[in-house]
Amino acid sequence: MEVHSRDYRDRARRIITETPEVRESVTAATRTFVDNRREAFADLDEAALSGWAKEVKSHALTHLADYLEEAETRLVERGAHVHWAETASDVHRIFERIVEENAVRKVVKAKSMLSEELALNPFLESCGVEVFETDLGEYIIQLLGEPPSHIVGPSIHKSLEDTRVIFHERLGTARDASPEDLAAAARDFLRETFLTADLGVSGGNFLVAETGSIALIENEGNIRLSTSVPRIHVALVGIEKVLPRWADLSTFLQVTAKSATGQPVGCFVSIIQGPGGSAAGEPDGPEELHVILVDNGRTRVLADPEIWEALRCVRCGACLNICPVYRQTGGHAYGYVYSGPLGGILNPGLVGLEETLPLPFASTACGACADVCPVRIPIPELLHVWRRRAVERGLTGSEERTALGLFASAATRSRLFGWAENLAGVLPDWVIRRLPMLREWSDGREPPRATGPTFRELWDEGIE
Amino acid sequence: MAPQSQGTGHPCYAYGGGLSTARRHFEKPAQLGWEHHAARQLPGHCTSLGPMRVSLFVTCLGDRFFANAAADAVRLLRSLDIDVDFPPNQTCCGQPAWNSGHVPEALQMATHTAAVFAKADYVVLPSGSCTAMLRCTYPRLLESPALAERSYELAEFVVDVLGVTELGDGLAGRRIAYHHGCHALREIGVKEQPLRLLESAGATVVPWEMDEECCGFGGLFAVKAPEVSVAMADRKLDTLPDVETVVSADGGCLLQLDGRARRRGKPVRFRPLASLLWEARLGSA
Ligand code: SF4
Repeated sequence: MEVHSRDYRDRARRIITETPEVRESVTAATRTFVDNRREAFADLDEAALSGWAKEVKSHALTHLADYLEEAETRLVERGAHVHWAETASDVHRIFERIVEENAVRKVVKAKSMLSEELALNPFLESCGVEVFETDLGEYIIQLLGEPPSHIVGPSIHKSLEDTRVIFHERLGTARDASPEDLAAAARDFLRETFLTADLGVSGGNFLVAETGSIALIENEGNIRLSTSVPRIHVALVGIEKVLPRWADLSTFLQVTAKSATGQPVGCFVSIIQGPGGSAAGEPDGPEELHVILVDNGRTRVLADPEIWEALRCVRCGACLNICPVYRQTGGHAYGYVYSGPLGGILNPGLVGLEETLPLPFASTACGACADVCPVRIPIPELLHVWRRRAVERGLTGSEERTALGLFASAATRSRLFGWAENLAGVLPDWVIRRLPMLREWSDGREPPRATGPTFRELWDEGIE
Repeated sequence: MAPQSQGTGHPCYAYGGGLSTARRHFEKPAQLGWEHHAARQLPGHCTSLGPMRVSLFVTCLGDRFFANAAADAVRLLRSLDIDVDFPPNQTCCGQPAWNSGHVPEALQMATHTAAVFAKADYVVLPSGSCTAMLRCTYPRLLESPALAERSYELAEFVVDVLGVTELGDGLAGRRIAYHHGCHALREIGVKEQPLRLLESAGATVVPWEMDEECCGFGGLFAVKAPEVSVAMADRKLDTLPDVETVVSADGGCLLQLDGRARRRGKPVRFRPLASLLWEARLGSA
């Protein structure tokens, strides 16, 4: 996927001013997610669970090669094809071959953020293949030609009204159709598509090394169908998704679902571990199963001693939901697959800091995300690492560096500091409004009132 | 090679344990308590049993924008029989530099601040955010955690160190909303202390659904992403209950919310916690 993160400020401004309803939809939906999440953990020892989940993921990541090979061995034993792909073009080549060898014309897709990273849909379309997103939210934004705005709720920025309009145009539903009618219309259309598709594509929430099992969480049943109805299935799995043992899985499924939507577990959990009717005795499933283990920047993140913890992420979206910055714009402002606090820590690692600046600065460091992350990624600290590096690499502009340098030297000379404070007190409003950073302040806010004596002066006069 | 497990978790989670243990040294007397002072166990760094001495760190925003509130903090502490001094060389804690990734500059300011307060028994700040900087970030910047261990936000100091939970009844009948600054709330865990002092003085702290959500200030964030920052302030203002006054321990948040409210012509007063606490105290006979 192309990276547009550098335009963060501009994109955010446009969303806030031109489509104010996005802010309302995103805020309402994320607040519901947060409330549900709180309830889901109310009777549990959340700290114990997240502490455990963190340790398991850290262990898996620090023994990644071993566990990936173990998973590969198990999958191959059951007749699956396992591919290793370092880049998006590697993945494209693998798909190209599968499409050609099987004369694939129609693909049904389950939701996968990794496939967004890989720009899979445009690639498949360029091969003359029709691609249908089957998750309802993904289907809506596919009709609208937009990328997902949230890793769990891709159409979180859209209102019911938006869906009514596009479904009316494209599927002929009534202009005032109820949510049930809209879902039914999508279901009717997609049923037909499932039955005629040659290939199903999914992601994978977890890959269990011990048993070679890919686990997928969902609510709509479309993943179950996408992974079992078409003759061929391809699962795209990021290499960081590995869990060591089968026994780890049930807790991770619960922690992830609770953290994401507040559900005890997803309505459906699908486990894929081989093609159907194979020697290993899978009763059903596709005739052919391909598992693509994708790097796409992950080993670079893993090798970074200050950032590698970001790979523990289970993509629950809790940090987006709680983030007051994310809530104002939704995901499109961030200009790449991952948004919110997760985007701020992961995107620079995956595609480079230069390309994704200013995402690590798109945060007030309020710390709310750190409190909800189920694998305890110290998000504010990782954001700070990227900020520090941006400054060290001279990416934040000389104006800021000069301003802070001056501030620091004044702040180590108290007289100069006091003098500067007094000056700030006598500057007229029209000057203040023209000063570089204060201009940005004054666009939407009155400048602070700095009149009257400073505390220093009050102290010297004597406080009664 | 894959990296080995690193030190993880928010710094304060690891660090806070030590502090809260330190704080538990203090027996909490039921009422105002300077006379109980001698009976209390002193923390290790206190060298004498003389009157309790506090150094005020007014902070840069406090000095320039909230001078009267800082003076109120002095009045409040003195009324509790505390000896307050004001080391004149103090400036800024360095948080603006730290948060925006300018680590050498932050280190410069932290070193300066640590030297200014080297002799202080206690450092009290009318700011949750700067207290968090001293307590959670200084130990990562400086070699000694000494300053971190004896720095307190004002309400936290009054309740947790002095053991005072009732200042007076000077806020009887007042309806206020309280904005929890993010760093006060999440980094140093100051939440109940200010509420307790306000409520015990007769104020009604009206529930506010967004009282824990960030106001959008975030230091340089306010000018680097001004549109988002303003939208965040609007969310706070639009959910505000019907009150005359919004109170907070953080100057940055007050400037942000007040600046936006004035631009929108919203008639609410935004006031620093220190002033309200002094008003609470004034009501005591
Ligand atoms: S960073 Fe943590 S909270 Fe955010 S999506 Fe990943 S696991 Fe969830």
